[in-house]
Amino acid sequence: MEKSDLKAQMLSYAQARAPQTPIHLQALHLLEELEIPTTKHEEWKYLNLKNLLSRTYTFANGNQQESQFPQSIPNICDNNSANVLTFVNGVYRPELSCLVSPPSELTVCSLLEAKSNYPNLVDLYFGKYANADQHIFAAFNTALEAQGAFVYVPNNKVVETPVVIRCIACPKESHLLIQVRHLIVVGRSAQLTLVEHYSSASTPYHSFTNLVAEVIVLENAHLQHYKIQDESATASHIGLTQVWQLQDSYYANTTISLDGELTRNNLHIALDGQNCQAYMNGLYVLDNKTVTDNHTVVDHRKPNSSSNELYKGILKGKTQAIFNGKIFVRPNAQKTNAFQSNKNILLSPNAQVDTKPQLEIWADDVKCSHGCTVGALDEEPLFYLRTRGIDEENARALLIFAFAQDVLERIELPSVRQYVEKSIAERLKMNL
Amino acid sequence: MLSIKNLQVAIGDKQILHGVDLEVQAGEVHAIMGPNGSGKSTLAAVLAGREDYEIISGEVIFNGKNLLELAPEERAGEGLFLAFQYPVEIPGVSNTNFLKAAVNAIRKYRGQEPLDAVQFLKLIKEKMKLVNMDQSLLSRSLNEGFSGGEKKRNEIFQMAVLEPKLAILDETDSGLDIDALRIVANGVNALRNKDNAILLITHYQRLLEYIVPDYVHVLYKGRIIRSGDKNLALELEEKGYDWIKAQVEAQQPSL
Repeated sequence: MEKSDLKAQMLSYAQARAPQTPIHLQALHLLEELEIPTTKHEEWKYLNLKNLLSRTYTFANGNQQESQFPQSIPNICDNNSANVLTFVNGVYRPELSCLVSPPSELTVCSLLEAKSNYPNLVDLYFGKYANADQHIFAAFNTALEAQGAFVYVPNNKVVETPVVIRCIACPKESHLLIQVRHLIVVGRSAQLTLVEHYSSASTPYHSFTNLVAEVIVLENAHLQHYKIQDESATASHIGLTQVWQLQDSYYANTTISLDGELTRNNLHIALDGQNCQAYMNGLYVLDNKTVTDNHTVVDHRKPNSSSNELYKGILKGKTQAIFNGKIFVRPNAQKTNAFQSNKNILLSPNAQVDTKPQLEIWADDVKCSHGCTVGALDEEPLFYLRTRGIDEENARALLIFAFAQDVLERIELPSVRQYVEKSIAERLKMNL
Repeated sequence: MLSIKNLQVAIGDKQILHGVDLEVQAGEVHAIMGPNGSGKSTLAAVLAGREDYEIISGEVIFNGKNLLELAPEERAGEGLFLAFQYPVEIPGVSNTNFLKAAVNAIRKYRGQEPLDAVQFLKLIKEKMKLVNMDQSLLSRSLNEGFSGGEKKRNEIFQMAVLEPKLAILDETDSGLDIDALRIVANGVNALRNKDNAILLITHYQRLLEYIVPDYVHVLYKGRIIRSGDKNLALELEEKGYDWIKAQVEAQQPSL
């Protein structure tokens, strides 16, 4: 199948289904205009979508509903210790979900329900932030009534129990293209911990999840946001997470990518108020033929805000990691502090890293720095550990784990940290 | 315990050791002195199993085993310990987790059951006193941000915990102030017994006032050119390395 076929397929599918609202129609128009990017496109230079486009996908629309829940998919949080929303192949599954926080503190439901139950809230935010101008997949997602989670924390509410959005891909009869759409709003002086958990069952068929998440962090609000991608070798994911922060807000995104076939995360943060703090933490641990691409953009629009980015990668096998970190500092965003770091360890001669910082600074009174490293595991610490009796395999695992430590330390939710540490330890075949 | 015969070692195409012979028995402390570049640290590194070196000839027997055939971790299992001249900083690995992994790896090598958390804690609490280790250093990353003295003290602390049969101290005294030197020396002295042996590699005689050796050897241009008792170190201190260099070169102009 040629790549234009997928575009044609998406277009005819969307034309038949796009609701007649300005946002959906505008997205439909963009879908007509845009092409699926190739490596000639600057933003997609290192990511080859050829394999992804070589398959014919069925568009998940709820008809492929799996009666059997794949038991092998692990849970990050126990039921009752989290508000869990479960989506299987992009369809909300209330019987697999569990909401524990009182409604006065937290509104959480599927986006479809929210559109009928809270139309004013949804209209206020939906489609206003995710910019699909350059992103055909986001345009497709927006043109449709994609399902996903709606999470709203009213002003001044502190949600003690985290929200976990579980998205499980489980194609049973054909390759599946799954749309996921989240809308997250954290009100003024409110506080929330949010976990997006993407996982996939091992089946003979491939899944391709197309995600758009809009995240709005209002004045003085505080959001800890985790995106955990713990995927099988047949699962691909292209996602756009658009964050909009107002003054005095705090937002920390931690993206952990473990395997999968192809992953492209676009994380865009707009700091549209003074005194915002944004953290972007990332860790990818890749094996076999996984390709993971993290494109981040932080846009400093107002003075006196700070952003801090740390992405680390551990690559085995024939894997490829791409990191592209953009920092914009607009002319009036004086006193901006922006730091960025991307560090990678290659554990195999066939692994590849393409890393690119991109700073565009128009203000003159700012502190910005960036750095990236790509290298093998240091021999000196390895020798040191071995002279203390630790064999080579365990010494390597200890050092690789240590390399990931500063990202892991930023995971504040204990259940997420345990889950991630255990997953990494299993991948490194080490006993913790 | 340790028998080195005609050890010749090169790094790249440069030969560093030109035939070292050394016998160390249990209960003995040997000091190896020598000017910079004489091959002291190379000897320590080769004994510990560093792989950058090429063994041209010679053999090293440690407790009846051919040491040069063993991996570094196997040498540790057999009871060899190297206190590094420049201990490595390893961010992200806590001192305690590292030590526990080391203790239990060595116990496993020796066919012993691993220590559980309680037994391990008891062991390190007891050994910490030997070198006045501060509790806070244990939870920190291995050597990260430690001062020079703290790093060296941590080496001796590891030696105390791992209880080696042969400890090689590679310039453990270099750069230490007198207080740190005393702490390190007291720790080493407390660990001395009739069943273990210590090889002190040092540039300075001062260490030997605190850890009194049974034998002193002078290594120069990759050979042991003079052996004696602790008085040899005093003589060296007084007359300097040039004195012994001149003597040797007068005898063996080929060197």
